[in-house]
Amino acid sequence: MAVIKIQRPKLRFGEKIYLTALCKGFFLTLRHAVKSLMGKSMGAKDLASSGLGVTMQYPEQNWDAQLPAYYRGAPALVTDEQGRERCVACQLCEFICPPKAIKITPGEIPSADPWAKVEKRPAAFAIDMIRCIYCGMCEEVCPEQAIFLRKDYVILGTSRKEMVHDKQKLYAIGGVRTGLVNKWNELK
Amino acid sequence: MSDTPLAKAPIKTPKDLAAETGRVNVQINGVWHQFPKGTRMIEACRQVQVAVPHYCYHPKLTAPGNCRMCLVQIGMPPRPAPGQEPQRDAQGYEAITWMPRPVIACANTVSENLGICTTSELVENCREGVMEFLLINHPLDCPICDKAGECRLQENAAAHGRGTSRFVDNKVKKPKNVAIGPRIRLDDERCILCGRCIRFMDEVAGDPVLGFTQRGTHTTLSVHPGHLLDSNYSLNTADICPVGALTVNDFRFQMRVWFLKETPTLDVNCGTGTNISVWTRENTIHRITPRRNNDVNSDWMPDSHRLNFHYIDGPARLTQPLVKHGAHHAPTGWPEALQSAAARLKAHAPQQIAIIASGRMTNEELSLTRALAQAIGTAQVALVPRFAAADALLIAGDRNPNTTGAKLILDTEDPFAKLDAIREQVRTGALRALIVLGEDLIADAGFTADDLGKLDFLLQSHILANATADAAHLVLPAAAFTEKCGSMVNLSGRLQRLNRATDSPGLARDDWQILRDLIRALGGEHPQLDQIEDVFVQLAASIPAFAGLSLATIGAAGVPVLDTGYQIPLLENERARNG
Repeated sequence: MAVIKIQRPKLRFGEKIYLTALCKGFFLTLRHAVKSLMGKSMGAKDLASSGLGVTMQYPEQNWDAQLPAYYRGAPALVTDEQGRERCVACQLCEFICPPKAIKITPGEIPSADPWAKVEKRPAAFAIDMIRCIYCGMCEEVCPEQAIFLRKDYVILGTSRKEMVHDKQKLYAIGGVRTGLVNKWNELK
Repeated sequence: MSDTPLAKAPIKTPKDLAAETGRVNVQINGVWHQFPKGTRMIEACRQVQVAVPHYCYHPKLTAPGNCRMCLVQIGMPPRPAPGQEPQRDAQGYEAITWMPRPVIACANTVSENLGICTTSELVENCREGVMEFLLINHPLDCPICDKAGECRLQENAAAHGRGTSRFVDNKVKKPKNVAIGPRIRLDDERCILCGRCIRFMDEVAGDPVLGFTQRGTHTTLSVHPGHLLDSNYSLNTADICPVGALTVNDFRFQMRVWFLKETPTLDVNCGTGTNISVWTRENTIHRITPRRNNDVNSDWMPDSHRLNFHYIDGPARLTQPLVKHGAHHAPTGWPEALQSAAARLKAHAPQQIAIIASGRMTNEELSLTRALAQAIGTAQVALVPRFAAADALLIAGDRNPNTTGAKLILDTEDPFAKLDAIREQVRTGALRALIVLGEDLIADAGFTADDLGKLDFLLQSHILANATADAAHLVLPAAAFTEKCGSMVNLSGRLQRLNRATDSPGLARDDWQILRDLIRALGGEHPQLDQIEDVFVQLAASIPAFAGLSLATIGAAGVPVLDTGYQIPLLENERARNG
């Protein structure tokens, strides 16, 4: 491989002592400081800032209203209009999950249940939110449209155990989602 | 054709060369091969690694040819006109004329100069058509189907399917989730009517309770009224079901198959030594299935043996050495346990000590048992017999899996002979210490708790807490059959290998390590034994039948080492069926 030799640029005396550049920087900072005190920071409105610069005073202020439609937050399980839990415990999300955050224990739906024809549902479903990387592969792989990434990003807990979302919590976050494909309809 | 004498010299054509060994020449996808006469086309293709998708065909059953998935294009040399010599190419093969219509590869046999093509457009179109018909009424409930991941219909739909359905009518409704037997469940909507299960129950299990009812698109697999699919071989039907129509209750919704790791090993429930695969995930066994070995169990295994693994993860499992203080056992560590065992054994004269070993132990463990007896100086070594009715298929009357190996290693014709004498001596008080390896004396060997109470020292190694463990002064936790590596010799004299599928729980140890450490603690002279392979090498040096073998060379299918004359009835039946 050919070696290309690069010459250092020849600097003039004024550039060598870098005093001019330093002063330029001071004045630029000063200009922005004055602007921000006057409430005239660039993009402050777009970024829903507190008025002082572009900084948002989280958590008193947050950006939730600005979250884009494609935002990927905590994964959660959903029920449909009929109140059926959509997950059938096929374990594809568990399989695809890159950080192995999902753990499912499959279970059988008892014959007395109105949804007995679906036969299978998760007996337990746990997502370890310390492991989750919010990649959205679980949502992409789900053949039953049962798991979705919500916009929740505030996942808090004071112990590792609290950071594991169990089935109840996942359905509480997910809620009801309408307009999904009704695969287990009356023809099934 | 020339009339010169030179040209009339007998030049052997490929046909003549093949015929000398009873074979025929067959061209498969442009490459010439030789196969024995009477080979099925599908088997010929399989032998040369050419995949022919199929559902109804199974090598161990008759071929009714009803799924039509294995259609291939064939060709033969044209019949020459009277007086005309056949056209031959440079290698001497006759030119093939391809037939315009396909044939099924499963029910047709190869013939001389036959051409088979599995890749032509016609064949691809046939497969796509068959797949489209099969998927018309298939429920596509793969997310809840236990077969998903190992389903032939799924695989072939991906390889040969259209990808989209053109069917607009409602699918035909059939019975779902039907309990047709105590251990098996039927979903008729998933059934593709291949009839493998019907043929298996008729031809192999000898209990023809399954059949088709209704006609046309309403054809339904069902069990004969008043009967159940309750044969002890019923779960093999779920194995050979190409779709998820028949599923095993025990494995139902337990784990998706793509999570499972498959370990080839042996069944230890009887002397047949059925070859099995143990399917595990994260140290949990989820199911056991038979593994093909044409010299042992063909493709099958009995349900009773297949389902007998839940005790391994059960609540009675021993996970640490226990020492008896007064009426109760307290956990202890391995070094303390072995030291106290050695000290208490040394306190007795050799003739006051006996060893009761198990026919469920591997060859390696039995050889170390022999070494232990030598280290103690006792000749009182016996196995616990375990005989029950044989079932005329795969279950042998001898329920000990390694009686043949024990005969070889302990060098006796009847390894059970001394058991009665040992029992009597325990009762009279002549024996003061007993080492019990992998047996429950109270349940299986005719001892009572009172008998065992007379002993000064009772040492038991076992995997489960049982009545004998309750009476034992020292209990050592051992490894289950899925947790150990080793070898066994089955009733027909075949040396086969066990492989480790899971790790032992807690502090439980491999039996051979327990025996080795016990011998060391007793101060017995013993060569360096670091791994199970060392034990086998040492054993092979002393047993002529094992000469030159190692655990690695036994392989997955085993090696015949003895001719015991024992015939496995199921293989006899199979030979009779195939003529």
